[in-house]
Amino acid sequence: MKILQRLSALVFPFYRGMLLSIVIGAATIGSSVALMATSAYLISRAALQPSIAEIQTTIVAVRLFGITRGVFRYLERYVSHNVTFQILTHLRVWFYEVLEPVTPAAIQDRHSGDLLSRSTNDVDTLREFYLRVLAPPLVAAVIIIGVTFFMGTFDSSLAFTLAFFLLLVGVGIPVSTRWLAKAPQQSLIDLRSHIQTSIVDTVQGLADLSAYSQEDRYLNAVSDLNHNFRNAQKRVAVINALQAGLSNLSMYVAIWAVLLIGIMLVNAGSIDGVFLATLVLASLASFEAVLPLGQLSHPIDQSQAAGERLFEIADTPPAVVDQPVAAKINSSIENILFNNLSFRYSNHEPEVLRDISFELSRGQSLAVVGPSGAGKSTLINLLLRFWEVPEDSILLDGQDIRTFPQEEIRSLFSVVSQYSHLFNATIRDNLLVAQPSATVEDLIQATRLAEIDGFIQSLPQGNDTWIGEQGHLLSGGERQRLAIARALLLDRPYLLLDEPTANLDALTEQAILKTIHNNLGHKTILMITHRIVGLDNFDHIIVMDKGQIKQQGKHEELIGDDGLYRRMWSIQDK
Amino acid sequence: MLDKRLWTETRKHRLLMALTIGLAFLGGVFTVAQAYWMSQVISDVFLQQATLAAVQRPMALLLGVMVLRAVALFGTELSANYLAIVIKSNLRQRLLAHILALGPGYTQSESSGELSNTLMEGVEHLEKYFSEYLPQIFISALIPLTILFSVFSLDLLSGLVLLFTAPLIPYFMVLIGRATEALTQRQWTSLSRLSAHFLDVVQGLVTLKALGRSKQQATTVRIISDQYAQATLGVLRVAFLSALVLELLATISTAIIAVQVGLRLLYGGLDFAPALFLLILAPEFYQPLRNLGARFHAGAEGVAAANRIFEVFETPLPEKSLIAPKGTLSDFASIQFKHVSLSYQERSQLALSDISFEINKGQKVALVGASGAGKSSIANLLMRFVDPQEGQIVVDGSDLQKIDRAIWRNQIAWVPQFPHLFFDSLAANIAFGHPDATQEQIEAAARDAELDDFIQSLPDGYATQVGERGLRLSGGQSQRVALARAFLRNPNFLILDEPTAHLDPQTETQLQKAIRRLMKERTTLIIVHRLDTVVDADQILVFSDGRIVQGGTHTELLEQEGIYRQLQQSFVGSP
Repeated sequence: MKILQRLSALVFPFYRGMLLSIVIGAATIGSSVALMATSAYLISRAALQPSIAEIQTTIVAVRLFGITRGVFRYLERYVSHNVTFQILTHLRVWFYEVLEPVTPAAIQDRHSGDLLSRSTNDVDTLREFYLRVLAPPLVAAVIIIGVTFFMGTFDSSLAFTLAFFLLLVGVGIPVSTRWLAKAPQQSLIDLRSHIQTSIVDTVQGLADLSAYSQEDRYLNAVSDLNHNFRNAQKRVAVINALQAGLSNLSMYVAIWAVLLIGIMLVNAGSIDGVFLATLVLASLASFEAVLPLGQLSHPIDQSQAAGERLFEIADTPPAVVDQPVAAKINSSIENILFNNLSFRYSNHEPEVLRDISFELSRGQSLAVVGPSGAGKSTLINLLLRFWEVPEDSILLDGQDIRTFPQEEIRSLFSVVSQYSHLFNATIRDNLLVAQPSATVEDLIQATRLAEIDGFIQSLPQGNDTWIGEQGHLLSGGERQRLAIARALLLDRPYLLLDEPTANLDALTEQAILKTIHNNLGHKTILMITHRIVGLDNFDHIIVMDKGQIKQQGKHEELIGDDGLYRRMWSIQDK
Repeated sequence: MLDKRLWTETRKHRLLMALTIGLAFLGGVFTVAQAYWMSQVISDVFLQQATLAAVQRPMALLLGVMVLRAVALFGTELSANYLAIVIKSNLRQRLLAHILALGPGYTQSESSGELSNTLMEGVEHLEKYFSEYLPQIFISALIPLTILFSVFSLDLLSGLVLLFTAPLIPYFMVLIGRATEALTQRQWTSLSRLSAHFLDVVQGLVTLKALGRSKQQATTVRIISDQYAQATLGVLRVAFLSALVLELLATISTAIIAVQVGLRLLYGGLDFAPALFLLILAPEFYQPLRNLGARFHAGAEGVAAANRIFEVFETPLPEKSLIAPKGTLSDFASIQFKHVSLSYQERSQLALSDISFEINKGQKVALVGASGAGKSSIANLLMRFVDPQEGQIVVDGSDLQKIDRAIWRNQIAWVPQFPHLFFDSLAANIAFGHPDATQEQIEAAARDAELDDFIQSLPDGYATQVGERGLRLSGGQSQRVALARAFLRNPNFLILDEPTAHLDPQTETQLQKAIRRLMKERTTLIIVHRLDTVVDADQILVFSDGRIVQGGTHTELLEQEGIYRQLQQSFVGSP
C-alpha cells in the first residue's frame, strides 16, 4: 500500500488535469445513466398519453444525452492522455535525477544492463498509473455518490440498496477475488519463471544438448512444466470467470431488488408508478462505472512492482556526498597523490586496494598494469569520486579530495574507458554531449587529434552520420577513437584511459596507442591496462596484483626483473 | 481478421469452441427473456396498478432468468479461457519440439533470446485472441441477431432502426480504424523510439557523469519528452475521433428508439410493455458490437504474435538421417571432406567453399585464421548442426549424412567457446551426457579438468546449483565444466572450438594443461586463435574467407610466404 501512496504523491502535481479528466469521465457515464433514465421516463409519460407539449422537454433531454456521451468520451480521452504524457515526462526526469547521484555505485553489483532497461520499462508502466489505477475508482466514486443521491430523492431504502450493490461489485467482489487469487497467481508467476528458465536453457544450450543427445530429456522437462503451467492458468481462469459471473449476478440482483422495492413503494403510494422504469434503467446503467473495477488487480500489481523497483533505487543513499562547505578547486592542480589508499566496495566484501601509494604530477604519463581483478579500474572510479574514499587517502596538491565538490573534481579529467557509451545519435551529437558549445573548429581539432577526422570526412554524411545503438555501425577502433575525440573536446589537464583498447584486435590496439602517444604526449596521462603493449613510452609503470602494488619502474627496468610484469609479458607474447 | 492458421488451432478443441459459442448464444436468449419479464412487471405495476403479490410469478421468473444469465456468462468466460490456455500450451510444446528438430544450426543463426521470447511471451500474446477476440466475433453476431429476431417479431419499425444502425458500427469501425491505423502506428513507433532514447541516456549516465555533463541532461530528457507529447497529442486528437463516432452511433440510436417509441405511445400506436422492452434491449443490442471494436486490438496483436510463431513453424526441417548401415559405430579410421560448400540460409555469401581435407585416426588437426573465416563452420558440419549444400563428408567410406546423428555424436566430445551451463547441480552439469554416471566417475572427470578443488570449496559441493538462477561461474570455470563433460564422455574424437578465446592470458595458461591432457591420444580437431597451441599439430589448415589457403605443419608453413607467417609475426612482433 505504501508504494501506491508514494506513487500517488509522485503524480500529485498533476491534480488539476486529473481532476478535470475525472469530472469528464464521470460526465461520460453520467450521460448514459441520464439517457436511460430520461428515455424510460419519456416512454412512461407517453404511455399516459398527455399532450405532446408536456413531454417536449424530455424528448430534448433524451436527444441531448444521446449526443453528450460521445462528446464527453472524446474529451475525457484527450484530457487523460494529456495528463498521462505530462506524468511520463515528469517520471522520466524524476528517475533520471534520482539515478544520477547514485550512478554507478548503486547499480554496479546488480546486472546493470538488465537493471537499466527494466527501470526504463518500469517508468513506461507507471505512465499509466493514473489512467489505469487512480482514475477508474475515482470516476466510480463520483457516479456512486451521484446515483445514490438521485435514488435518495425517491426513497432512502432504494438509495441504500443500490449503493450496497454498487460497492459490492466495485469493491467487495474485486477485493475478495484478489485475495482468493493470491496463491494461484503466485504459483503462476513461479511456474512461469521456471518454464522460462527451462526454455532459455533448452534454446540457448541447444548445441550442448545436441552434442550430448539430451534433446528429448529437456523437451520432456519443458512439457511437464508446461502442463503444470496450464493447470495453474486454469485455476486462475476459474477465479476470473467466477468474478465476472458474480459481478453480473450482483448487478442483476441489484436491479431486481430496486424493482422489488420500487413495486412496494408504488403499491404503498409513496412514489408515482411513472418513475418505476426510470429507477430500474438508471440503476442498470450506473453499473458501467463499477464493473471495470474488477480488472484493476493487474494494473495495481504492475504499478506496485514497478514502483517498488524504482523506489529501491531512489532510496539508495548516494555513495559520495559533498561536504557542506566544499572547498573551491584550483584548476591548475599540479599533483595527485595516492596516500596509503585501502578500499573495499562494501563492508562484507574483501579489500580491492591495499596500501596503495603513488604520485601523478603534471606532464607525467603513468600506466597501471595488472591482471583482471587487480583493482586497477577502482583507482579511476575513486579518482572520479564514484565511490567514497577513506580520509586523506587521495590528495590534490596536498588537500584531501573529499573536501572538494565532486563536479569540480571531474572537471579536471577527460576520461576514455572501454565502456565509454556512445549514444544512438549522429557523430556530431556524440561529440557535442561533452561540450555543447564546441565550435566547428573545436570538433575538427579534437577529431584530428584522435585521428578519426579522415574517416569522418570519408563518410557521405560526415559528422551527421548516424552511428546506431552503442555505436554499432562503427568498428571497435572507430568507436574508441570517437570516444577519445569526445574526451579531448574537453580541454582538461588530466587524461584518464581505462583499458582504452580492451576488446580490440592487436593491430587496432597498436594504432590507437600510437595515436595517444604521438598526439597526446603533452597531456598528463593515467592509463589502466592489462596488456603490456606500447608501454615503453610511459614515464612510469605501476604493476598491481590482488589490490597491491607489486612492482614499479620503467618498461626496460621491469622487463629486466623476474616478476609479474615479465611473466605477464611472456604469457602474452609467447 | 479471422486468421486461418489460428482458426486451424481451434479445430482440435471443437467442444470448447462449441461450448463457448453455445453459452454465448444462451446468454443472448436470457437477455431477451430478462428484458421481457422486466417490461411486463413494470408495465403491470405502473399501468394496471398490480400489487407485488400479483406479479409474484413474473418476478420469480425474472430472478431465475437473471441467475441463468450470470451462469451463462461464467460459462462463456471459463470455456473461452480454457480454450486459450490449452491452445497456447499445445502450441508452445510443438514450437519447442520444432526448434529442437531444427537443431543448433538454426538457433545459431537466430537470436536465441528472441526465440525463447517467442516461446514464452509470443505464445502468451495469443491469449486474448482466443479468449476475447475470437469468441467476441461469434457473440457479436449471435446476440444482436437474437435480439433483432425478437424485436422484429414485436415491432417492425424498431427492428428496422436496429437493423440499419447495427452495420454502421462495424462499418465505421473499419473505416475509422483504417484511417487512424497509420496515425496510431506512428504514435507507437515514436513512443518506443522515445523509450529507447531514454534508455540510451540512462545507459550512458556513467559516461555523462565522467564527462561532467550528467546534470544538464535532465533538461534534455524533459525537452524531448515534451516535444514528443505535443506531437502525439496532435495525432491522438484525430485518432480519438473513432471513439467519438462509435459512442455517438450507439447512444444516438438508443435515443432515436426512445423518442420514436415514445411518440408512437403518445398516439396509441404501441403498448407500453413492448416499448419498454425495446428500450431495455437497445443498449444490449449495441454492446457486443462495441466490445468487438474494443477487442479488435487484441485480435491484431494476436495475429502479429502468430506471424512470428508460424514463421518458425514454416522453416523446413533438415532431412532425417538414414540409420547407419551397421546400426552402431564404435570407432572410425578417417574423416574426409570432399569439396564441401556451405551457406547459411539468410546470408547469400558462402560460409565455406570447396573445402577438402582429411583427418586420420590419432591425428591432431588445427584450424587457424581470422574470425569469420569459416573455422567454426567446420566444427558445425562435423557435429552435424548443419549439413553441407555441396560436397560430401565421408567417414570410413560412408556419407556422414547417412549416419544417425545421435550415434555419430556419441563418438565426439565437443568443447565450444561458450559452453552452456544448465540450471541444475554441478554434478548434473558434468554428467550431462551420461545421466547414469556414478559420483566417482563425475569426481574423476572433475579432477581431470582441475575443477574438483573448486567444487569441494563450495558449501554445497557437487550439489551446487549453477546456471541461469544459480551460482554464476567465471569463464574459466565454465570451460572446466565443459572439459569435465568431455573427460567423462571419453570420446574417440575431440572437437575444440576456440575453448580459451575469450579468457585472459593467465586463465588461459592454467587451462592449457587440462586441455592437453584431454587431447592426449585422441583424434582432435582444434580451432585456435593463438598459434602457440598448434606448434605440435600434425596438420595446420589456414582459413581465409571460407577457403583453405594454406596447409601443413608449423615448420612447413613458416617457410612459406603467406597468412600464417603474418599471423605469427603479429603475435611475436608486438612488444
